[in-house]
Amino acid sequence: MIPERFITFAVPAGLFIIAILAFWTDEPFTITLTTRVAILGLAAVGLNIALGIGGLVSLGHAAFFGLGGYAMGILAYHAQTYSPLTLGPLVIEGTKSMPVIWIVAVVTSALAALAIGVLSLRTSGVYFIMITLAFGQMLYYFSVSWSAYGGEDGLSIYLRNEFPGINTLVPIQFFGLCFVLLCLALVLQARLRGSSFGLALNAARQAPARVETVGLNPVRLKLLAFVISGAITGLAGALYADLNRFVSPSMFSWHLSGELIVLIIIGGVGRLVGPVIGAALFVALEHWLGGLTEYWHIGLGAILLGIVLFSRGGVIGFLTGKAGPNV
Amino acid sequence: MSPILIIEQLLNGLQFGVMLFLMAAGLTLIFGVMGLINLAHGSLYMVGAFAAAAVAAATGSFFLALAASLAAAAAAGVVIEVFVIRRLYRAAHLDQVLATFALILIFAEGARWVFGSFPLYFDVPPMLSGPIMLPGGVQYPLYRLALIGVGLAVGCGLWWLTARTRIGIQIRAGANDREMIAALGVDISRLYTVVFALGAALAGFAGALVGAIQSVEVGMGDPVLIMAFVVVVIGGIGSIKGAFIGAILVGLTDRLGGIFLPEVFKLFMEPGAATQTGSALASMAIYILMGVVLVWRPSGLFGARA
Repeated sequence: MIPERFITFAVPAGLFIIAILAFWTDEPFTITLTTRVAILGLAAVGLNIALGIGGLVSLGHAAFFGLGGYAMGILAYHAQTYSPLTLGPLVIEGTKSMPVIWIVAVVTSALAALAIGVLSLRTSGVYFIMITLAFGQMLYYFSVSWSAYGGEDGLSIYLRNEFPGINTLVPIQFFGLCFVLLCLALVLQARLRGSSFGLALNAARQAPARVETVGLNPVRLKLLAFVISGAITGLAGALYADLNRFVSPSMFSWHLSGELIVLIIIGGVGRLVGPVIGAALFVALEHWLGGLTEYWHIGLGAILLGIVLFSRGGVIGFLTGKAGPNV
Repeated sequence: MSPILIIEQLLNGLQFGVMLFLMAAGLTLIFGVMGLINLAHGSLYMVGAFAAAAVAAATGSFFLALAASLAAAAAAGVVIEVFVIRRLYRAAHLDQVLATFALILIFAEGARWVFGSFPLYFDVPPMLSGPIMLPGGVQYPLYRLALIGVGLAVGCGLWWLTARTRIGIQIRAGANDREMIAALGVDISRLYTVVFALGAALAGFAGALVGAIQSVEVGMGDPVLIMAFVVVVIGGIGSIKGAFIGAILVGLTDRLGGIFLPEVFKLFMEPGAATQTGSALASMAIYILMGVVLVWRPSGLFGARA
């Protein structure tokens, strides 16, 4: 059995090595695939904070992913058309600068997560699942019917946004950027999990009544986790939009919310690098099964059923021989 | 905005509401009795619609198509209950979400494989086609009126089934205390299969009824599934009465919001922007309704437990 600590370091290192090998052998498409893994992994790391530590089964995280995407899309659209965004008396210039876009994406999705969380956390269990799903769908329909930014057709951005000192148009450099953000999110999650907040959150998942008895408010702990989680997923959304240079309502689609959960389950719920393993397997399956047959979702569905019905703890559970994370 | 238009939209909302009720009734029963969140309910709706379209194309008979939708959806329900769902009753919600999400992927791609990506169509029967003159000079499609009638009849039937029959008593008892009724000699596993098949048949029936006025295509169940979730959240999980009232509320809000909100915004905005803002807000109206109900009553209008 492989210790989890080893997997935690080996997985990001492996992703990095694959990207570097692809760079040496001059295979830009493989680099794009690894970038996709890093970004989807980042989104799922965000969800894992709410789902894995806090036990909040959110089926609406596409809302934050999409908000991040549209934060990038709208700012870059105003920059590329040289038309400032006017909100009543407020005039905002568009921008092509990634750091600014990231901040806007993180703040927007954190605020949305706060609003959705306040309402959704009034309930729990199956109600929570349905309500987060419904709020995600609400933003989906809003983006479809809001024709100012392309409506159903989405928005195309001609050039990838800029980051000081880096040429983001070169695939390996953009991968590096996404990879660094993924690693930062992983470090943040590891620190969170060991902090007093993370321990309290863990307890709030397992025994909310006890947490309340020692004077902590479990709903407030979960809300904070939900906000952090939404913010990270929003950041991933901005990167994803930049990878494709395109945003559309499909970033809000509930299939995406479902897929984010799938990534976490494949890797192992609550495991630090579980989402990254999930993302890597998902992208690999999509690429290989999708190359074999147009109907690759049938295969994906069958694999998922197998994981749910017959295995505990996903890939990491299988490798370490332990069904759950040590907490 | 004439009174005729308003009456038409009221009827449209009612028609949409009763169809949502057919979906939501199954969802809420399955959750109330078995404690299972079934994302694949929209797939059963799609199965019913495809079965109806295929049988209508082969035989030309609308009523055979309806019968086929009931049979196909119930059969699909029994198959997935026996092979997959049954193992999930005691599992965490997360596992239920994931397994039923996997079923959606399989059903959607399976349907695409068998029927292709192009939408199918089948027609309303001649005896129900065409408009009818209602008192007050409103012309309304007879088929949609028939849908309202069918939906209300199914609602009454469900009430009778749960309140007055032996199986209904078992269903209600199963929701309250599964060990006790198992101890009384009821075969709980068979009861669950029956309830699941009933919910599936209702969903498939709704799919076929709506399929005759819309196109039948892969993914048609997804928007309906999510609206049915909104209905269940508003009505309260496990309550058939709640599902009915929630469905009518959601149906009316959706259809009336679509025409009234743009008009309301025209009162204080220029027409172009008003139409855009109004229709964007109208698409969110039912979720706002859900938010309001949640703030007021976190476990829904008729929900017993959160």
